[in-house]
Amino acid sequence: MPHFTKPEAGSWTENYPELGTSPVNYEDSIDPAYYEAEKEAIFKKTWLNVGRVEQVPKVGSYFTKELAVADTSLVIVRGKDKEIRAFHNVCRHRGNKLVWNDFPGEEVKGTCRQFTCKYHAWRYSLDGDLTFVQQEKEFFDLDKADYGLKLVRCEVWEGFVFVNLDPEAQPLKEYLGEFAKGLEGYPFHEMTEVFTYKAEIGSNWKLFIDAFAEFYHAPVLHMKQAVKDEADKLFNVGYEALHYEIHSPHSMISSWGGMSPPKDLTIVKPIERVLRSGLFGPWEAPDIEGLENLPTGLNPGRHRAWGNDSFEFFPNMTLLIWKPGWYLTYHYWPTAVDKHIFEANLYFVPAKTARERLKQELAAVTFKEYALQDGNTLEATQTMLKSRVVTEFPLCDQELLLRHLHKTVADYVKEHTDAAQ
Amino acid sequence: MLPSEFAALEPFNAWVLESERDRYSKRLASSMEEMQTFYDAAFPLLEQASDHLDKFPLSELPEQERNLLLLMFSLVNVSFPVEVWKQARVPDSGAAYMDLVVEPKV
Repeated sequence: MPHFTKPEAGSWTENYPELGTSPVNYEDSIDPAYYEAEKEAIFKKTWLNVGRVEQVPKVGSYFTKELAVADTSLVIVRGKDKEIRAFHNVCRHRGNKLVWNDFPGEEVKGTCRQFTCKYHAWRYSLDGDLTFVQQEKEFFDLDKADYGLKLVRCEVWEGFVFVNLDPEAQPLKEYLGEFAKGLEGYPFHEMTEVFTYKAEIGSNWKLFIDAFAEFYHAPVLHMKQAVKDEADKLFNVGYEALHYEIHSPHSMISSWGGMSPPKDLTIVKPIERVLRSGLFGPWEAPDIEGLENLPTGLNPGRHRAWGNDSFEFFPNMTLLIWKPGWYLTYHYWPTAVDKHIFEANLYFVPAKTARERLKQELAAVTFKEYALQDGNTLEATQTMLKSRVVTEFPLCDQELLLRHLHKTVADYVKEHTDAAQ
Repeated sequence: MLPSEFAALEPFNAWVLESERDRYSKRLASSMEEMQTFYDAAFPLLEQASDHLDKFPLSELPEQERNLLLLMFSLVNVSFPVEVWKQARVPDSGAAYMDLVVEPKV
């Protein structure tokens, strides 16, 4: 018997008949040719979240973003007119990477008045105009106006900075659609204290989304994180979401939040009891405007037991909002068919007291303990998928978002391939 | 190094570390006995330390208080090995790593 009501169709999955219920083939996560197709069809065509406005607080603030999956590197910078722009990180003279420090592959950030190429000192304004050419008279009919930095589409939604390498792409808000509309007004701008984790993971990017787009694995893989009686109970009950919703290409899962605070304090670790915080974050919400009347897009099932909503913004951004008033994002940046950079950001309202800061520290440390288990498991999955001993995998109703992700990727790849023929 | 009320924690000054990377590295380099000893001394003082530190605005902690907070961050970091894992590494995490590349300043 389900604990929570399922749709009239009989299951969450059958509520979206286009997804089917048959086993799923994971060739899309091991085939190098497919990965190349994804780069063209998805990562060079869709809106990618590269950061937040707080990372470029003032005129001249910039950061770089390595986009191996789109074969480029970008500079995101706030110009003199306060606008945020994105440029390909390449000097127009001889193609040197423009903004970097000691190691060309590492992302950097800072503040400057202009960009100067290390190679021959060509300079560019914050708006991307070429402003200075070393020994300009040595060149042949060079018009500086023709050699500004290559601009990339860059739009902001609720403080999240997105780029799109396709100049023809639809506007960001239109692309993000219903889910984004439903989240507008959430006080993201108050939650500016950030913990950023990074890891290189030996798996296809989609496999980590799979891991975070279902909580069916949680009572099993993370069993030892609860005290024994609680772990046994969680294992026996299993996991059921409160609500699932798809507005393709995006999707979401709504979940309960019984640990924040837990009904029974004996089920949590001693340090959680003292600090009143844990994986689900600080148990008490911060004192800010905007958490009382949440935007309509949160808790779509209107459940009393609601604890968090996790949105999968296609292709590679997870936005997870916790009921007590903090949120996190995950990004999965592919670097090869069997490798990606995983980035997690935890966002809190800035702590005013040491106790508040300790609560956040516990939430952040706890997050890492869980994520390490998830990340390591994926390498095991990747190697065995590659063996092709098993090629078809049954997905359950709690794995609806995975089914949707792999189908959406396939649809994008097919559309792109068809158009090229 | 620490406020006088917390003199009992002076033997654990090596756990006053600036970053999560330092704290996690020390955790991996420590034996369970070392972490247990630190935990047994620090955990009972966590509530008292929080009360003491809350008398100051977080952005203006005097040096000794700031050291105490950093020490308590280390306590948080070893709480997993001591309270649940019974080992320094996260079980089932193999060679996986995860770097904290940005953390709020204190």
